[in-house]
Amino acid sequence: MSQRALDVSALPTIAYGPRASIWWGVLGLVAIEGSALAIVGVSYLYLRQNFVAWPPPGTPLPALGAATGDLVVLLASIVPMAIVDRLARAERRRPVAIGLGVMVLLGLASLALRALQFAGALGCRWDSHAYGSVVWTLLGMHAAHVLTSTLENALLMAVLVVGPVEHKDFVDAHVNAFYWYFIAAVWVPTYALVYLAPRFL
Amino acid sequence: MSRAAIVVAAVACAACSGRMPVLDPGGPQAARIATYWWIVFWLSALILAAVVAFLLHTLAHRRVAAAPASLVEDTRVERRLALGVAAAVGLTALTLVVLLVTSVATGRALRSFGGTDPLTLEVTGYQWWWDVEYWDPVPSQRVRTANEIHIPVGRPVLVKTRSLDVIHSFWVPGLHGKKDNIPGHGSSLVLQADRAGTFIGRCAEFCGVQHAHMQLLVIADQPEVFDAWLQAQRRSAVVPTDAFARHGFDLFMTGPCALCHTVLGTPAGGRRGPDLTHLASRRTLAAGTLPNTVGHLAGWIIDPQAQKPGAQMPGNAFGADDLSALLAFLGGLS
Amino acid sequence: MSSTVGPTSTLAPGEAARETLDRAALERVWSTPPGFLGWLTSASHKSVALRYIVTAFGFFALGGVLAALMRLQLARPESRLIGPDLYNQIFTMHGSTMMFLFAVPVMEAFGIYLVPLMIGTRNVAFPRMNNFGYWIYLFGGLMLWTAFALDIGPDTGWFAYVPLSGPAYSPGKRVDIWAQLITFTEIAALVAAVELIVTTLKMRCPGMSLNRMPLFVWAMLVTAFMVIFAMPAIMVASTMLAMDRLVDTHFFNPAEGGDALLWQHLFWFFGHPEVYIIFIPATGFVSTIVSTFARRRIFGYPAMVLALIATGFLGFSLWVHHMFAVGLPQLGEAFFTAASMMIAIPSGIQVFCWLATLRGGRIVMRAPLLWALGFIALFVIGGLTGVMTAAVPLDLQLHDTYFVVAHFHYVLIGGALFPLLGAVLFWLPKMCGRMPDERLGRVSFWITFVGFNLTFFPMHLLGLGGMPRRVYTYARDAGLTTGNVVASAGAVVLTAGILVFLANVAWTLRRGAPAGDDPWGAETLEWATASPPPSYNFAYLPTVDGQAPLWSTQERPVVTGLRTDVREVLITDGVDATPDHRHRLDGASVWPFLTAVAATIGVVTALFTPWGVTIGSLLALVTLTGWFWPRGAPAHETVEQRP
Repeated sequence: MSQRALDVSALPTIAYGPRASIWWGVLGLVAIEGSALAIVGVSYLYLRQNFVAWPPPGTPLPALGAATGDLVVLLASIVPMAIVDRLARAERRRPVAIGLGVMVLLGLASLALRALQFAGALGCRWDSHAYGSVVWTLLGMHAAHVLTSTLENALLMAVLVVGPVEHKDFVDAHVNAFYWYFIAAVWVPTYALVYLAPRFL
Repeated sequence: MSRAAIVVAAVACAACSGRMPVLDPGGPQAARIATYWWIVFWLSALILAAVVAFLLHTLAHRRVAAAPASLVEDTRVERRLALGVAAAVGLTALTLVVLLVTSVATGRALRSFGGTDPLTLEVTGYQWWWDVEYWDPVPSQRVRTANEIHIPVGRPVLVKTRSLDVIHSFWVPGLHGKKDNIPGHGSSLVLQADRAGTFIGRCAEFCGVQHAHMQLLVIADQPEVFDAWLQAQRRSAVVPTDAFARHGFDLFMTGPCALCHTVLGTPAGGRRGPDLTHLASRRTLAAGTLPNTVGHLAGWIIDPQAQKPGAQMPGNAFGADDLSALLAFLGGLS
Repeated sequence: MSSTVGPTSTLAPGEAARETLDRAALERVWSTPPGFLGWLTSASHKSVALRYIVTAFGFFALGGVLAALMRLQLARPESRLIGPDLYNQIFTMHGSTMMFLFAVPVMEAFGIYLVPLMIGTRNVAFPRMNNFGYWIYLFGGLMLWTAFALDIGPDTGWFAYVPLSGPAYSPGKRVDIWAQLITFTEIAALVAAVELIVTTLKMRCPGMSLNRMPLFVWAMLVTAFMVIFAMPAIMVASTMLAMDRLVDTHFFNPAEGGDALLWQHLFWFFGHPEVYIIFIPATGFVSTIVSTFARRRIFGYPAMVLALIATGFLGFSLWVHHMFAVGLPQLGEAFFTAASMMIAIPSGIQVFCWLATLRGGRIVMRAPLLWALGFIALFVIGGLTGVMTAAVPLDLQLHDTYFVVAHFHYVLIGGALFPLLGAVLFWLPKMCGRMPDERLGRVSFWITFVGFNLTFFPMHLLGLGGMPRRVYTYARDAGLTTGNVVASAGAVVLTAGILVFLANVAWTLRRGAPAGDDPWGAETLEWATASPPPSYNFAYLPTVDGQAPLWSTQERPVVTGLRTDVREVLITDGVDATPDHRHRLDGASVWPFLTAVAATIGVVTALFTPWGVTIGSLLALVTLTGWFWPRGAPAHETVEQRP
């Protein structure tokens, strides 16, 4: 009988990382969002050609304070996220819930710093000129990703607190972490393009 | 049978190409492009014939499918097929390289036609007409006209393409390929007519509701004829002395016309619509939409929307007498 | 349990009884609830895909009516049948409908239907997201056509060049509706692409290594990757356009440093891969049909796969050839000419391999093969005119003329629709269990083939004759009348051909002869199960050890040990598809539909105010919470009950 049948009943029902289909789904999302952000970044460079001064006259160089704080928060947040990731693989319900709560707070901190950037650091509005349009869009797109990921972490935290808890909830925490790493990492080139590049271009 | 087919094809080509400006070049640029066309056309015809012939032959001589499908393959057959595919791919690559080289060479040749001292024109596309300015170092010698370009035979013409509203595309197929008129970007092309004649140009980029009626004429004249035309275009209009035409003149200046149109030598200096200083010398109205006759001009003035719905020119309710006077004035703008 | 892959199996009595019980359990678990609610909430890849296909053909019919109207208007010079404003809406709706609402969705839908079957699994990787994708697509199409019915359809072309489509020259909501159509259809396309990639990479049956995948599955995989990297460009561009129009950004406003050419680059960076996204699945259809009716594997499988991948990559390097008239630097022109010509090589490889397959095979002439043969001839013509337009000097004459209209209809109708119609005839027996009429299939082919050539071949001559695109009329003395009359007459014949085809499909659904599992003697796994397949696809997932599993003479073991009381599938890993773990998929749910409704409310509100984004997001937050909130998982998956 065993030559005519391949019995898979002994296989596990949970997997992490690239073994899991949801991981690939999130990788697809990363590819899509990353492409979109890259397209806007390329548009930024394309529009630069239409200007002699960049930012255009009347608009100051973007102030570094809030944005650099944002950079610190996001890069630092990778550590607690990685810890949550590891705890999730060990299926530690309370620590993961607490860790997600920490991530929510860090996400809110980043969003607050982003709000400060919109409020004053950029020195122009989205409708001032093409420069304003593209930098607001870059920062806005990235902020939307931070917001959705923070909401996902909050939702998962609620699930873990309220229960019942399934194995797949820990896989979800693990892929939320994957997406968070992307968001934190992609802030680096975004920050560089918006805040550092005008000082050199 | 195949010889007859070739004869038929050749006759058809000759018959058709007379009505196909791309294949009936009036100048060196269009001629170079047409040469490239014939090269790629005959190569393509050959390739298509070969593929179709192979397909038909394969179907006509197909083996009977008695046995069910099998994964077993005859290595000799596979090897012959492999050679065939490899040969076909090789020929394809070779053909493409030939075409690429020829294309680049053609492009290079086109860029080499510029010569010294081209006649320089700036053509600005508007919704839905063409503003043409003949450039001259001396500002008073510049000429502004609309929808009709005259050029001298045998002399290169540098056409600078501009737009201040939406994207248009300047295209005179009998003389050259097209070049877009893009707001915020300037471009140019050099064309030249090697024979006298009239070449039709069209807007070739969708620009709104009357994109279909945005034609221009390029009239190539012998140099002396062209010089005389240009001189005439440089003259300002004369205020009419005849009372009837003078009344038409007054209507033009005090009415809505002067707000959009310019007539040099008069107070009318509007720039929203075509320059009308030499309206009577043109062959068409409304960017090639209507022939320039008194009747058509009358209809156009009264109700442009009837002929060209969406055009920017509003209707004008002139009474019959006033209209005749106006037409008399406009008829004098030669 | 059946131990062979194939319609016949040698079962011992005990095994047969066991299989019957398993099938009953699987049917209970995998079937869609009956009635309207079942239809709304379905998580079945087959039912979602069929819905997609039917809807897409509905849009095809609407787009075809628009084309008929265009040909009616252009049948006479200076015709006053249709005025310029309506005509401009018509050609914009025709292009947008055909490209966004028909061509891409129908190809992806065939993938969603066939790929799980061909790779030997039960569903796609994310069944509820699949359902969501359909609703988003439908709502986008409904929004667009409602606008058209209200005489506020978009009217600046399917490509919506700025500044014409910007706030200054296109007042009102027409272009905003177009921009949001993009949002809807691109979300749906991206959803389907993620499904196809993850399903193909993670759910192939054991033994189906990448080099044993059917060519159609390869085609869908390459297509899906192209969608992932091409769609974001147009999503970004259409969002920028919407923002320029709604909140006064200046992406495309030259007065404030914006750039009209930025739109063209972004649009065509998407737009060129888009046509390969439509064409590559069609090559998958052709490969399947040719090999089935030539009674042998496609010649040169590795070359075919490499050609698909090469086309996928190269497709991203051509986009500037749509902009040759803009006035680009010379080096750029030469590069894009070279790339645009070189992509003919992988396409050529495919054509030559199909010809070699026919040459080395034993051909059985059936209607689906006719459509594939017609494709070969028409696609070669379209490819050759593409090589013509790839050369900058010649393109400067041909660009934006009816020559290009001829070219792309040869590659889109000849190169994609013909294979699609062949695929419909080929897979209709599997989808509905009945055989199409062979004679009607052949007759509809010939009428369509003749009608198509009559309609579109003269357009090459019209372009050479100076007729630009997107014109609602032409002058009597322009020498363009004969070509237009012939094209319009051809359109009548083409329409007739399509109607006969559709009549065949309708007849088949009611009166076609029962098809059985494998009426064509084909080679891929979908033919190893019933027609139509049960909700669970296979009683026991197959394993394979080579290409063309149904032509193999060896008995292959099947997969046992998957639960039959929950929707469990087998996840495999890596290039060789070794079994890795068992995974439970979600079943029917109303949340995908509600999320699509939420998104639609947001997008439609965003036509009028940017707060639409906020409203839509808040509503989606509610529905997504419902979607992902845990709902009574089986005991073996629960870690802890409530604290």
